[in-house]
Amino acid sequence: MINTELLIIGGGPAGLAAAIAAGKYGVKAIVVDENPLPGGQLFKQIHKFFGSKEHKAGTRGNIIGQQLLIEVEKVGAQVMLNTRAFGIFDDNIVGIVSGGKSEKVVAKKIILATGASENALAFKGSTLPGVMTAGAAQTFINVHRVLPGRRVIMIGTGNVGLITSYQLMQAGAEVVAVVEAAPNVGGYDVHANKLRRAGVPIYLGHIVIEAFGDSEVCGAVIAPVDEKFQPDLTRSFTIECDTICFAVGLTPRIELAQMAEASTTFIGALGGHLPLHDNRLKIGKNIFAAGDIAGVEEASTAMEEGRLAGVVAAMDLGKLSEDDGNVEIELINERLSKLRSGQFGLKRAVAKLEIIKQYDELLGRINNGEE
Amino acid sequence: MRILNHPILGELKDMETVTIYCDGMEILAIRGEPIAAALLAAGIRTFRKTVKTGEPRGVYCGIGQCNDCIMEVNGVPNVRTCVTLVEEGMIIKTQEGLGKSGGLHD
Repeated sequence: MINTELLIIGGGPAGLAAAIAAGKYGVKAIVVDENPLPGGQLFKQIHKFFGSKEHKAGTRGNIIGQQLLIEVEKVGAQVMLNTRAFGIFDDNIVGIVSGGKSEKVVAKKIILATGASENALAFKGSTLPGVMTAGAAQTFINVHRVLPGRRVIMIGTGNVGLITSYQLMQAGAEVVAVVEAAPNVGGYDVHANKLRRAGVPIYLGHIVIEAFGDSEVCGAVIAPVDEKFQPDLTRSFTIECDTICFAVGLTPRIELAQMAEASTTFIGALGGHLPLHDNRLKIGKNIFAAGDIAGVEEASTAMEEGRLAGVVAAMDLGKLSEDDGNVEIELINERLSKLRSGQFGLKRAVAKLEIIKQYDELLGRINNGEE
Repeated sequence: MRILNHPILGELKDMETVTIYCDGMEILAIRGEPIAAALLAAGIRTFRKTVKTGEPRGVYCGIGQCNDCIMEVNGVPNVRTCVTLVEEGMIIKTQEGLGKSGGLHD
């Protein structure tokens, strides 16, 4: 059995930022991550981040990842890799398994920073080798330095689809089509325009009907859709490719939150089902959710949420006074609201407030004995 | 195909190689990379065949979540090749169905 003040599940941007924030106040944190390397999905994000200077805007994600790892080491947090948290039980007990051996961790505070999973699409041929998530392609080109294919069709024009398309081109692939069911591009125009300038065709109002190929994908049938997203097969056409990528959103990984009996809600703008949390990211008495598990946003937001949870955990553990902690929290919240401004950010800001509102309403009902 | 030169990440150099074997074929892998990266670099895209219909499957999520890229590694079936790093002399096999010792029945 392992005893710790703070257990952080997930060593991505939120989890590492939480370990650093809490560690600065002397909290002894353990970070567990099922992957062989820490950093979550930061190291594949080799583009410059948005935001202002305090969010490290203009710095590439992989560089931010390296900086986080240095800081984690500085504060002395213990990072356990190849270690999966498989369950969360009463009395703050978390089951972990590493090298085929399971163990109990008893933590005074727990931060869930488990991230999100990429969404899939199902159509004929969508299981063929060569059809993969955009994140997979991004991991292979930017982390492992291997091209998964040479002629790529990207499905989805959110920022992940747009940025990954451009990065595939930087890596030497040809992006032969970007296909989007909606009538507009989902992500920032600045990313879409980069693709347009490079001559990549973006098919708005189109979907992939099927992928074909015997042992691997050789092409896709694409058709325009009407306003109800019904395809017009009489106008379908074929594009040859060896890779199809799905960039069709992400879903928070909330299994551990559900196991901890957090109440959940459905908020489409943040990726779907989410645990309710208060304004300090608490989903239960001693449990926090930070990063994509608490609503799919960006790595910059995930890091700020991680810091928030880390600071609150340090306060709860008596390592930081209420006054000093509140000053920190206010600064973090200011930075968060800057990240949640603008065309896309505002929707997320409203959605995040909705989570807190529902949490407070639930708490009210519990206190009134209604639940 | 390996990305030897990259406009942002620079040149790939000073790589230490290890030898692995996939279905008997010798493959030069780079120390520290996952099996799936070495196989994709060698042009291998089918990692397993499904249980009932024998359909091909390959890399899908690339980060250990989906289990589509599982293969037999050193005799152990159902190994997630996208998060299992290469080791010198590794014997990798295309997994047929549930794998040699992973079957539910004969």
